[in-house]
Amino acid sequence: MSESSATEPAGSASPDAQLPGAQLSGAESLVRALEDVGAETVFGIPGGAILPAYDPLFDSSLRHILVRHEQGAGHAAEGYAMATGRVGVCMATSGPGATNLVTAIANAYMDSTPIVAITGQVPSASIGTDAFQEADIRGITMPITKHNYLVTDPTLIPQTIAEAFHIAGTGRRGPVLVDISKDALQATSSYEWPESIDLPGYRPVLKPHSKQVRETARLIVEARRPVLYVGGGVQAAGASTDLLRLAELTGIPVVTTLMARGAFPDSHPLHMGMPGMHGTVAAVGALQKSDLILALGARFDDRVTGRLDTFAPGATVVHADIDPAEISKNRVADVPIVGDAKEVIAELVGAVRAEHEAGRVGDFAAWRDTLERMRSTYPLGYTPPSDGELAPQYVIERLGAISGPEAVYTAGVGQHQMWAAQFVKYEQPRTWLNSGGLGTMGFAVPAAMGAKVGRPDATVWAIDGDGSFQMTNQELATCAINDIPIKIAIINNSSLGMVRQWQTLFYNERYSNTDLHSVRIPDFVTLADAYGAAGLRCETAADVDATIEKAMEINDRPVVVDFVVHKDAMVWPMVAAGTGNDEIKYARDMAPDWDKDEL
Amino acid sequence: MTRHTLSVLVEDQPGVLARIASLFSRRGFNIESLAVGPTEHAGMSRMTIAVNVDQLPLEQVTKQLNKLVNVLKIVELDPETSIQRELILVKVRADAHVRSQVLETVTLFRAKVVDVASDSLVIEATGNADKLDALLRVLEPFGVKELVQSGMVAVGRGTRSITDRTVRSAERTAERSA
Repeated sequence: MSESSATEPAGSASPDAQLPGAQLSGAESLVRALEDVGAETVFGIPGGAILPAYDPLFDSSLRHILVRHEQGAGHAAEGYAMATGRVGVCMATSGPGATNLVTAIANAYMDSTPIVAITGQVPSASIGTDAFQEADIRGITMPITKHNYLVTDPTLIPQTIAEAFHIAGTGRRGPVLVDISKDALQATSSYEWPESIDLPGYRPVLKPHSKQVRETARLIVEARRPVLYVGGGVQAAGASTDLLRLAELTGIPVVTTLMARGAFPDSHPLHMGMPGMHGTVAAVGALQKSDLILALGARFDDRVTGRLDTFAPGATVVHADIDPAEISKNRVADVPIVGDAKEVIAELVGAVRAEHEAGRVGDFAAWRDTLERMRSTYPLGYTPPSDGELAPQYVIERLGAISGPEAVYTAGVGQHQMWAAQFVKYEQPRTWLNSGGLGTMGFAVPAAMGAKVGRPDATVWAIDGDGSFQMTNQELATCAINDIPIKIAIINNSSLGMVRQWQTLFYNERYSNTDLHSVRIPDFVTLADAYGAAGLRCETAADVDATIEKAMEINDRPVVVDFVVHKDAMVWPMVAAGTGNDEIKYARDMAPDWDKDEL
Repeated sequence: MTRHTLSVLVEDQPGVLARIASLFSRRGFNIESLAVGPTEHAGMSRMTIAVNVDQLPLEQVTKQLNKLVNVLKIVELDPETSIQRELILVKVRADAHVRSQVLETVTLFRAKVVDVASDSLVIEATGNADKLDALLRVLEPFGVKELVQSGMVAVGRGTRSITDRTVRSAERTAERSA
C-alpha cells in the first residue's frame, strides 16, 4: 500500500461487488473483501470456527497456502510483507489456531511489519462460556497488535477488512487481527465495499514540520562529527534512494541497524556497517563519538545504545520517526521530527541544498578519516578454527558472495543471524529479513517461504541455526508441496550457539542445556529427504563453494544444506549486555584503542 | 512524581476500557482513579484518568494512548483551570448518642444524608480529593462501616469545550473522504 492512500482503502472494488442487494454469507463477504482489498495470498490452516470461510476460499482467486503450524503462517505473512512491501495475510481457526499465531503477531508488532491475521471465533452466543476451542484472542493480542477487531455482525466484515488493511499498511506499519465469530461467517447480508475509510482516531502524520527540517539542516552544516543512524523505518518507507542522495550530498557517514541492513549499500564508502551489540567498531564508534546523531526511522533500541546513560554522550539528537511515541522514548531528542522517512529525507535534501547555496557547507573530512581508520584497524573478521573445522562465518561469507545481492536472505535468531547480518553484503532494500525486536527463533524457514511466494523469481536463502531450524522446520513440507523452492543453510554447531557464547563468557563455560547434539539427531540430510527436499552436507572449507553452487542449481524443490561448523566460534565485536558502547570488545579480551584519535 | 489529570475522548466501542487500562499497566503506570461515561455526543465516551507520574513518562503514556485507534483526543487538565470532583457514599455508625454530631459534620461539609437506619447513616458527598479526605478524617472516629468512592471527573473552566472541536474535526475527515 502506498502512503498516498491515507483515506482510501487499498485496491479497487470489483464492479460486481457493488451490485445492490447481493446477498452473501459472511464467509463469502470475507473472501470477496480480501479480493477487493488486493490480497493475493493467504497463509493458513482451517479448523472448526473458521471453516465457513474456507468454502468460498476454495473457488476464489486468492492463493491459500496450507501451512503445517499457524506460527508458520504468521511468519510467512511477515516474510511476504517484508520482501514485497505489501500487507501479508494469515488465517487460523479459534482457540489454539489463534494462539499459535501469537508469536508471529508479537514479532510483527516489534518489527512494524504489516500483516492482517484473520481468525475464526466460536459462535457469538457461546463467547464467554469457555466453549470448545474458545480463546479471547482479541484480548490476548491487544498489547501486540496495532489494532484488532471482534466481528459478530456479517454486514461489518467488508468495512472491517478494509480498515484492517489500511491500519496495517499505513503510518507505522504493524499487525492487525480480525476475529470473526462463526455465526457471522454463516449469516447472510448484503455486501458493501466501503468507498472510504473514516477513522477519526487514526491519522498518521507523514509530512514533517518544515521548521524542524530547516533546523536539522542548520545543525548538519554546523556539525563536526555527524552520523546518519538509519533504522527499519527507511526500509518500510522505501526511502533508500533518497537516503543515498542525502548521504552523498552531505558526506555524512551512515550506519544501518539490524532492521535496516540493505537500506544503504554495504559497498558504499560512507557505510560504516551495523551498530549495536554485535556491530562493527566503526559503526559503534560513529554513534558513540558523534556530535550529531540523525536518527531516521530508528528507535534507540537497547541493543544499539548499550547502557543508555553512557550512549553517545556528546551528541545532539535529531530524531525523525513516523511514530511520535518513539521520539524521546529512550534518548531525549533535541530536534523531534514526526513524519514518513521518505518525506523527511526528501525535505532534508532540499533544506541542506539551501544551506549549501547560502555558502554553509559542513566539513566532515577529518571525521570520515577517523572512522576510516577505525574501520581499517578493526574490520569485521574471524579466526579460522585451528583444528580444521569449518568456520561458520566463512560459510555465510561465501553464501552471500555466491548468491549475490539480488538474493533475499532470512535468518533465525542467534549467532548465525548476527553473522548473516555482518558477513553477507547487502546492496538493496528488502533483501535482509530477520526477527529484530522480538528475537524469534524459528523465523527463518517460514519467512523465507513467504518471501519466495511474494518474489518467486528471487533466490531466497534461509540462513538458519540448528536450534532455530528445529522450531519451525515442519514448513519444509509446505514448501515442497506448494512448489516454493527456498534454500536453507543450517549453520549447524549442534548447540544453542548464542546462549553457549554467553555461557562461555559469563557463566564460566558451564554449558547448561545448550548442547543440541544436532550432529547426530536429527540427521538433517535424511530429514530433508523425508520432506521431499534436496539434502546436502558440507563439513570442510574446501567443499563450501561447490556445495553452495550445487544448492543454487536445484530449483525444482527446497534445498537443505547442513553446514557442520565449529561450535566454539563466537560473534565479535560485542558490547556485553548492561555495559556501555565504550566497552566494546573487538575480540575476547581485546578492546579497540579508539581514544588515541583526537576528536 | 506529580498527579496529572487526563481527559480522554474515546469512541464508544467494546473493549476500549480494556485497551486503555492494559496500556497503562503494560507500560508500568499506575492509574490512581478512572471514571468513564457517555458525553453529549452519541458514540463518544469520556474518561477521566488520574495518574501519578513525572513529566517525561507522562508524555510517553499520552503518546502511546494517542496511538490507540479508538482514542480521539487527550487533554491534560490543570487543577487550577479545571473543576475536579469525586463522589463518595459512606456508611457511618451513628446511634442516638452521636447522631447529632454526625449530622453537624454533614452540614459543615455540605454533604447529604441519603439513608437512615437505627444506628447508622449513609452520607453522600462530592468534592475534590482534599475536601473528601477532610470529611473522612472527621467521620472516622464515629466508625466508618463502609466506604465507596467514584473515580474523579473533571471539566475545564470557561466556554471552551474539548469535545466540540473533536466532533468538528471528525466530521471534516468524513467530508474529505466522502
